[in-house]
Amino acid sequence: MSMIENVSRRGFLKGVVSTGAFVLSVKVLPQAAWGAVDTESTGTSQAFNRAVLHPDLFLAVDTDGTAYIIAHRSEMGTTSRTSLPLIVADELDADWKRVKIEQAIGDERYGSQDTDGSHSVREFFESMRVAGATGRLMLVRAAAQQWGVPESECSTDLHAVVHNKSNRRADYGQLVTGASKLAVPKKEELQLKQPSQWRYIGKGMPSYDIAAICTGKAEYGMDTKLEGMLYASIEHPPVLGGKVKSYDDKAPLQVRGVRHVIPIDPFTPPHEYQPLGGVAVLADNTWAAFQGRKKLNVSWDNGPNASYTSDEYRKQLQQTARQPGKVAREIGNVDTEFGKGGKVVEAEYYAPHLSHAPMEPPVALADYRDGQVFVWASTQNPQQVQTSISKAVGVPKEKVICRVPLLGGGFGRKSKPDYAVEAAVLSKKTGRPVKVVWKREDDIQFDYFHSVAAMYMKAALGENGRPTAWLQRSVFPPIASTFVAGATYGGPGDLGQGFSDIPFDLPNLRVENGPAQNHVRIGWFRSVANIYHAFGVQSFANELAHAANQDSVEYLLALIGPDRVLPKERAMPNYGAAYEKYPFDTARLRRVTEIAAEKAGWGKRKLGKGYGMGIAAHRSFLTYVATVVAAEVTSDGDVRIHEVNTAVDAGTVVNPDTLRSQFEGAAVFGTSLAMFSEITAKDGVIEQTNFHQYLVSRMNQAPRRTNIHIVESSAPPAGVGEPGVPPFAPALCNAIFAATGKRIRELPISKTNLSA
Amino acid sequence: MIRLKVNGADRTYDGDPDMPLLWYLRDELGLTGTKYGCGMGLCGACTVHVNGKAVRSCSTSMSTASGKNVTTIEAIATRGLHPVQSAWIETNVPQCGYCQSGQIMQAVALLNGNKKPTDGDIDEIMSGNICRCGTYQRIRAAIKAAAKETA
Repeated sequence: MSMIENVSRRGFLKGVVSTGAFVLSVKVLPQAAWGAVDTESTGTSQAFNRAVLHPDLFLAVDTDGTAYIIAHRSEMGTTSRTSLPLIVADELDADWKRVKIEQAIGDERYGSQDTDGSHSVREFFESMRVAGATGRLMLVRAAAQQWGVPESECSTDLHAVVHNKSNRRADYGQLVTGASKLAVPKKEELQLKQPSQWRYIGKGMPSYDIAAICTGKAEYGMDTKLEGMLYASIEHPPVLGGKVKSYDDKAPLQVRGVRHVIPIDPFTPPHEYQPLGGVAVLADNTWAAFQGRKKLNVSWDNGPNASYTSDEYRKQLQQTARQPGKVAREIGNVDTEFGKGGKVVEAEYYAPHLSHAPMEPPVALADYRDGQVFVWASTQNPQQVQTSISKAVGVPKEKVICRVPLLGGGFGRKSKPDYAVEAAVLSKKTGRPVKVVWKREDDIQFDYFHSVAAMYMKAALGENGRPTAWLQRSVFPPIASTFVAGATYGGPGDLGQGFSDIPFDLPNLRVENGPAQNHVRIGWFRSVANIYHAFGVQSFANELAHAANQDSVEYLLALIGPDRVLPKERAMPNYGAAYEKYPFDTARLRRVTEIAAEKAGWGKRKLGKGYGMGIAAHRSFLTYVATVVAAEVTSDGDVRIHEVNTAVDAGTVVNPDTLRSQFEGAAVFGTSLAMFSEITAKDGVIEQTNFHQYLVSRMNQAPRRTNIHIVESSAPPAGVGEPGVPPFAPALCNAIFAATGKRIRELPISKTNLSA
Repeated sequence: MIRLKVNGADRTYDGDPDMPLLWYLRDELGLTGTKYGCGMGLCGACTVHVNGKAVRSCSTSMSTASGKNVTTIEAIATRGLHPVQSAWIETNVPQCGYCQSGQIMQAVALLNGNKKPTDGDIDEIMSGNICRCGTYQRIRAAIKAAAKETA
């Protein structure tokens, strides 16, 4: 029934590592895409390996015409597993019904498999096109040769090569044998399709797995199973860096089904992706492991992070934000301008820690055997699984074979494979396959949290109400603290997420960052630092509009200023993308702002008492987004989100319905973090444990209607998974201000009493 | 010895009677379409039907399930797809999809008791099921489409 039962362990081994596996000749695999002809360790299926034509790493075509396409990035709901192969299929001119997708194992030969940063399509659009076009050209050449006609007279038509002059047509399946004897064409020989010829790009396809998902047959990390495996549940140190002092190793064994009680070593700083330490209970089923854990009675040495209490910490961050910090960007001289007197506006903003809380908590199954580790991990980053397990159990990286089932959500949490390392460590200790299952409580309390942040903003307004000087500071424990113990300053990557790349037309600007010490693990969370930076910048922009007594949309457009490309140094590091290809073009930001406002009926709709509209515009992950939220605040202070209109310019879009669903989802994700979600610590211990305390949006709290407006664009593809999130919270807060006159300067909104 | 019916088949169980039905379905029977999400009945990912009613299998002990008739996502369609599953596919509801078994089981129960649910009815019944990806708008649309289909 399940993937792993189908591909039994024996079958899996045969396909992956046995020496008797089918070996392709150099002729069959002319490009020698894998370097040495080494398909044994690729983890691809036998069907893929045996297919006759291998024009590219990502593609194989067999004599029955089946096109096997590799999905090398993780599927967590953003359709990477569908949309990347769809690009290959388009350039191959393949019939999607005859495509079989194979999920890659972790292997650096695929390039980056770290499915984060909204860059799957952006980074692999070209290589997917090349893969498909290479196959297509080889099939065309084979047909031309077979028919004795010039290659230039042949074309393709849905899985067939055609020669119109002679009215001949051959299915791809008939051509692969001939094609496999040809040299793989060079990239310069390829003719990529014109956008007008695209069959799938820009139109999209539903998820390859949708039917399996809707019938309960899809296999997630949580569903993986091996014969003889043990289920493990781990009691982690309640405080980061805590160590086990003592525990009861007998009582858990009294629970029926419990087999082992095993301590896990604490990490050596920096914590990176190492296990947190603690004590594991291993049992015959998940429930027994959970029950056994309750009998451990661990006593802990909590260490220095036991001082961490959110209320105190917040005061420190705010104090730091009021002091001059490290300058990250400077234009003109704000001090001179502030010295001139005139109208000055100041504001402080604060946003809490957040937990990713994907519906599937972290889970991984590992089998350490004969110096190798086979692992099935719900992971966004299988290569990191290899690296981290390799280090922890002392086997070479290539001996860690990581398979990636579907992920029940990720949002950045599953880029960090500490839980997969736990599984490998426990498998090595027990000699059995071990599946580590994090309870929801483990997930929420021991996350790599989204950073808390304090911001201070100050602007001087000129005669026309526009800012003549703008100072902004943000202070947050940086993600770098996960990799460098004691790191306290944000890097260009953090600040380049909506802060140092602030696109406003400002004669004098200074962007600063102050230090903050982490006391919990900090990590990437869907849209990352853009969340608090967009909240600060877009809320403050709206405060200035009101201070200047001007319309919020007009004021925002004036801040964005004349159409121009920002100087490169202003927008760096630009999400790691080449600036020439992905410049920060303020015309695109202006345009989405105008569209969102127009579609929302800004200034045209009569709004009743307690109703308000708010706008925010933000570029992140190279995508331009503006959101207008129409909200109502009842006299009891309840917030109802009636309508969301989001305009998006993500460049070339492969799968438009994916874009729509990602942005609809971002409005709900945004509602959660704007309205309710908050992680707090007391004495180093996270206070929230499950969904009754860590609140996320439910259907009755989500926006009633979200409309997504896609801007047609031929610009290179940009991100889709994350950029919907940042503008949502400030747009909602600006709507609440419009409705009530109450300014939200702290998230979540639920902390502010909005009753009339 | 606990006897129960799962997807039409008679089953016996002699383990810990306090074990939630969820783990029996998943770990003992291999019916992994039913998901673990919270273990406290807060998220609905584990929703199954017991004697035709939607329940949270993470908070239903085996002793409570004794003698009952359990249906999971794997058997909700008598043949082919259930109209709710078809509507889900047609509306392209799932993102990660992990919560969707529970959402579908909850929606089937809703439509079994209410052929033409209003927005308010849908909100009331479906708000116990969390979707972290945020597919609520499509879930509502799919339920309405399925209601039309089955009307």
